[in-house]
Amino acid sequence: MAIRRKDTVIFEKPPVIAAWAAAGGKKESEGPLAEGFDFLTRDAAFPDENCSNWEQAESRLQQKAAEACLRKADISRKELDLVLAGDLQAQCTASNYTMRSLQAPFAGIYGACSTMAETLCLAAALAAGGVVHQALAMTSSHFCAAERQFRTPLDYGAKRTPTAQWTATAAGACLLRNPGQAGVPVLSITFGRVQDYEVRDINNMGAAMMPAAVSTLLRYFAATGTQPADFDAIFTGDLGQVGSALLYEQMEREGIPLPNHRDCGCLLYDVQAQNVQAGGSGPGCSAAVLCTHILPALRSGQYRRVLFLATGALMSQTTFLQGESIPGIAHCVELAGEGTV
Amino acid sequence: MNYLWAFVVGGAICVVGQLLIDYTSLTPARILTGYVVSGVILSAVGLYKPLVDLAGAGASVPLLGFGHLLAQGVRQAVDMCGLPGIFTGGLTAAAGGIAASILFGLLAALIGKSKDQN
Amino acid sequence: MKLNPKEYARMVSRTSPPSPVVKDCLWAFFVGGGICLLGEGLRQVFLIWYDVTMAGTLTSIALIFLSAACTMAGWYQKLAAKAGAGTLVPITGFANSVVSPAIEFKAEGWVTGIGAKIFGIAGPVIAYGTAASAVWGVLYWLMGKVG
Repeated sequence: MAIRRKDTVIFEKPPVIAAWAAAGGKKESEGPLAEGFDFLTRDAAFPDENCSNWEQAESRLQQKAAEACLRKADISRKELDLVLAGDLQAQCTASNYTMRSLQAPFAGIYGACSTMAETLCLAAALAAGGVVHQALAMTSSHFCAAERQFRTPLDYGAKRTPTAQWTATAAGACLLRNPGQAGVPVLSITFGRVQDYEVRDINNMGAAMMPAAVSTLLRYFAATGTQPADFDAIFTGDLGQVGSALLYEQMEREGIPLPNHRDCGCLLYDVQAQNVQAGGSGPGCSAAVLCTHILPALRSGQYRRVLFLATGALMSQTTFLQGESIPGIAHCVELAGEGTV
Repeated sequence: MNYLWAFVVGGAICVVGQLLIDYTSLTPARILTGYVVSGVILSAVGLYKPLVDLAGAGASVPLLGFGHLLAQGVRQAVDMCGLPGIFTGGLTAAAGGIAASILFGLLAALIGKSKDQN
Repeated sequence: MKLNPKEYARMVSRTSPPSPVVKDCLWAFFVGGGICLLGEGLRQVFLIWYDVTMAGTLTSIALIFLSAACTMAGWYQKLAAKAGAGTLVPITGFANSVVSPAIEFKAEGWVTGIGAKIFGIAGPVIAYGTAASAVWGVLYWLMGKVG
């Protein structure tokens, strides 16, 4: 069924992403990918839906993405065999509370900003093996919930450094089905290894995560014998402008330049105009770019083969205060154009 | 003239803080703590009082002035009642500002709500 | 990977855009100076009725009130995003650091949220300010004994 080459699992009969959906907030609705969203709100506090705090609001946003995805796949929640979901909140509560209403078998996953790729890898493997028939891979982030948990109160006056990234208020959901069904094929998956190059600046996450992206890319290229030119585009999640610049430099040094690289953190927003410093971040960022841009382009035929590499910074508020450096991880999903395999 | 000195001295003290933010990895919380402790020290060695006389609010409004207030309070209390004054002097002098922050904070929490930064 | 942490630290500092120091300092100077100027104006008014000490205290209280009102309206954070230390260093910044967690942690309750978190940011300022003043008090007392 699947061939294992070093860290990469290649599916001979690829499982498919049959449907997907994205939900976003105000800044996302003003960004260049706004048209691709299935649900957008100007007020991501959801005061009309009885949300009394930001944690509930994030959960509500995730629900919107899940509901839209199920609607597009034309199935009910009862037909789901498994949901893999995660978010940035401590103990993954946004996902836990989403699942309280979704009532499907659920496993919570934590991968920080790499969660979309991580849940996608796991769901694809399970779907390829026939263990599940319909599985949802899902994640979210909410600027306000992340800010109050990781940084300072929202009304606290602080100036952001130019290397800081803006946590996306967004959620994305993908429905995975078994090989042979209609959808965007998942050709291979590569779980990353944790990389720590002793970056301690919490306002420079792109720099902290870049080595993880390089590590996974190098392992993937070596295992599969492919090169960047074999892909229409290579998407990294959330490196932002600083991390992307570092990625180019390092890949040049490794002898594998990346001319066709795009970064989700730089795609979700107009980085110059939207006051997001070095770009977007948060699990919802790469999830939203996947569901509003990458997957639609694979369905329309604009792309025929891409890599989706979501990166995550795996520290906590506690380890940060204890002076620990920031470990990074990157998981890679290889996707093909719909109908090309 | 008072006003000009208040503006210039106050602005200059803030510029020092900005340079610390931009050129060092000090977080705002550390800078504030450093300012208050520095204010105590500058006041203790007798440098801050002349600045307050010159610039008025320009020297007393920045957090260095809060440190100066604590140091002055302790000094007066020690003059009045000896060693126990080190426990009472500082916070007595600073009580107005601290109590006002708490009360207005509670009031704001009563009326206000957390708002998106968008 | 052809990389080691030391090399990477150099690479990161070379690649990361620096803060626009001149612009930041101009903002800090004019906003911080402006807040102090406002304080001086208030102080002169209070001096009509009160002595120097009380006028100083009332100036602080008035600025704290204004900061709390601006924080609640969401303006302080917007100004601070540009002014940096200009809004951080004056007493209004201290007030903002007390008022903003009070508003933010309302969701966690009046005692365990607001009450417990109200000094989450400003607590160290009071703790170390008090400690430093106590050390100074002991020295001053000793100087009196010796002198």
